[in-house]
Amino acid sequence: MTTTAEPTSSPSESSVSRDTPLVELRDLTLQFAGQTILQRINLSIPRGQTLVIIGESGCGKTMLLKSVVGLIKPTSGNVLYEGQDIHRLNAKEMTALRRKFGFVFQNAALFDSLSVGDNVAFPLVQHGVASGSQLRRIVSNGLAQVGLPDNVAAKRPAELSGGMRKRVGLARALVLEPELVLYDEPTTGLDPIMSDVINELILRTRQNLNVTSLVITHDMRTALKVADRVVMLYPFARLERGENQILYDGPAEGLETTSDRRVSQFVRGEAGERLMEMRRSEIRGFQETPDVSQYYGRQSN
Amino acid sequence: MWGSTSGLHGHQPDCGTFRIGGSECWVADLGATTDSYQLTAAPPLTKESNVSSVPNPRRIYRGAKLPPTLYRWLSDWGEMVVDALVTLGDMAIFAGHMFRWMFSALPRRGTILPNFYYVGVLSLPVVALTGTFIGMVLAVQSYAQFHNIGLESRLGAVINMSLVRELGPVLAATMLAGRVGSAMAAVLGTMRVTEQIDALTSMGADPIHYLVVPRFLACIMLIPALTIMADFMGIVGGYFYSVIMLGIDHYQYLNNSRQFVGGWDFFMGIFKSFFFGGVIAIVSCYRGFHCEPGAEGVGRAATAAFVFSFVIILAIDLLLNIFLDAVYTAIWPHGARLI
Repeated sequence: MTTTAEPTSSPSESSVSRDTPLVELRDLTLQFAGQTILQRINLSIPRGQTLVIIGESGCGKTMLLKSVVGLIKPTSGNVLYEGQDIHRLNAKEMTALRRKFGFVFQNAALFDSLSVGDNVAFPLVQHGVASGSQLRRIVSNGLAQVGLPDNVAAKRPAELSGGMRKRVGLARALVLEPELVLYDEPTTGLDPIMSDVINELILRTRQNLNVTSLVITHDMRTALKVADRVVMLYPFARLERGENQILYDGPAEGLETTSDRRVSQFVRGEAGERLMEMRRSEIRGFQETPDVSQYYGRQSN
Repeated sequence: MWGSTSGLHGHQPDCGTFRIGGSECWVADLGATTDSYQLTAAPPLTKESNVSSVPNPRRIYRGAKLPPTLYRWLSDWGEMVVDALVTLGDMAIFAGHMFRWMFSALPRRGTILPNFYYVGVLSLPVVALTGTFIGMVLAVQSYAQFHNIGLESRLGAVINMSLVRELGPVLAATMLAGRVGSAMAAVLGTMRVTEQIDALTSMGADPIHYLVVPRFLACIMLIPALTIMADFMGIVGGYFYSVIMLGIDHYQYLNNSRQFVGGWDFFMGIFKSFFFGGVIAIVSCYRGFHCEPGAEGVGRAATAAFVFSFVIILAIDLLLNIFLDAVYTAIWPHGARLI
């Protein structure tokens, strides 16, 4: 994407070695209302890598993603960006750091009150990067990059289809040329063709901008297509005592041959013991159903 | 962070949890209103912690000889009071953040003007219309009583005094809370539910600065204008009904109004309206920011915004009236008027 945005220099940039992972999670633990969502997650993402985190709904994927950009504070543990703990930064430092992030939300999260063009221009205006004709040019380039024509800029987000909204969300996330792009379920709710378009855009973004990407998905086609590395998270409540929440960490190709039954079940999309659990609860529900005749007294006779 | 909340029960000073009657409660953190959430959980009960000293309800019952129904009733009321205090505290911190932003950096004109238009221009017709009707209703209600004692010519004083001191500002505030406050809560609630507020934060914008400050400015700066409109139209409506419909003498009506209604009464109404506008903006934005997920959550936020605003407006109205009367007595002990 062609923008005139100057690359943001971090105060510690010179001291950060190229070997330092761009993002590192150390013993990240998240609890919500007394319930543990993530327990001691350790993960490091090297520069330029596309890491895909897979896992069933409710396993804490989105929470993890939001804690990486500082939208959620972890209960304990650290999130390091270029070696800096992002949750120890003050508001000003955090704002400066967020310029290096691009976040593609699950439902695009476009601002309804603004036009598509204003949505894409928002990060540029917010950080005072561009204005006037230069701003319009950058927005137009951004939309072209995700395959959207110029005339879309004047429309309201409500007038767009799901796929177009996702692409506008991607254009908005990329407009500042971020170092790290985070995708929250980028293909959820899209038809197979549009899903493939989004997958291609993720790949193209990586090639063109050499960004580091963190993709959260439960769509295996996306995972297999875009991932350099796949991590599978498992719901904490279902783990055996002392077991690591990360069931798999490796290349996408290795998913098929893994020995862990839970991983292969997820990859193949098999319900497995969940089906048994469902049947057990059905039987329990049937057994526990009270005899309704008692409410009608002796009339039932 | 939540020292005040946890302080209520004197334990766990750094986390947003507290216990009532042995049950664990989690308090939405202030962070949800700024740029991050704090997800905290109550630590497990230990013998050492103060939490474990919360007695078993049954034991309380045996010791204090309270019937279980009364215990439950007290417990429910206690929980409600604690919840209300927590909400008030959270709202005060929310307002504090907003004031900090308001005095450090004003929002861009592009975010302020649409709010001014929505709050001010679009509210004028409805405020004018309701003001007119209130003026006429006052005339209808008061006429019979005043006519019976032969004081119908004093109707102007009663109607206009009630309008500029009380009904004008409260009516304008009620209309604003209903029309604008609910809409604010619904819009911000939808933004919360659809992750638009998270999107703002992730792009380096502070949601309170971007979303709340313009709405607050619009409310406090334009509610005096709406109050003046409600006063004016109420006076016109009252005059119309009293003089044209009921045939009260035009000179007597206006002369009595002039004698009894002064600049202080007008000032009281305008002064109070600033507070009403501020309350509407803060309560509505707070409710929107703390919206529960789903359509039902947004609906509940919109309703709660109006109900809470209205209750607080009436409570503040009482306090301000007492305060302003005391100020008036201090300045003019013999009842002299500003004009």
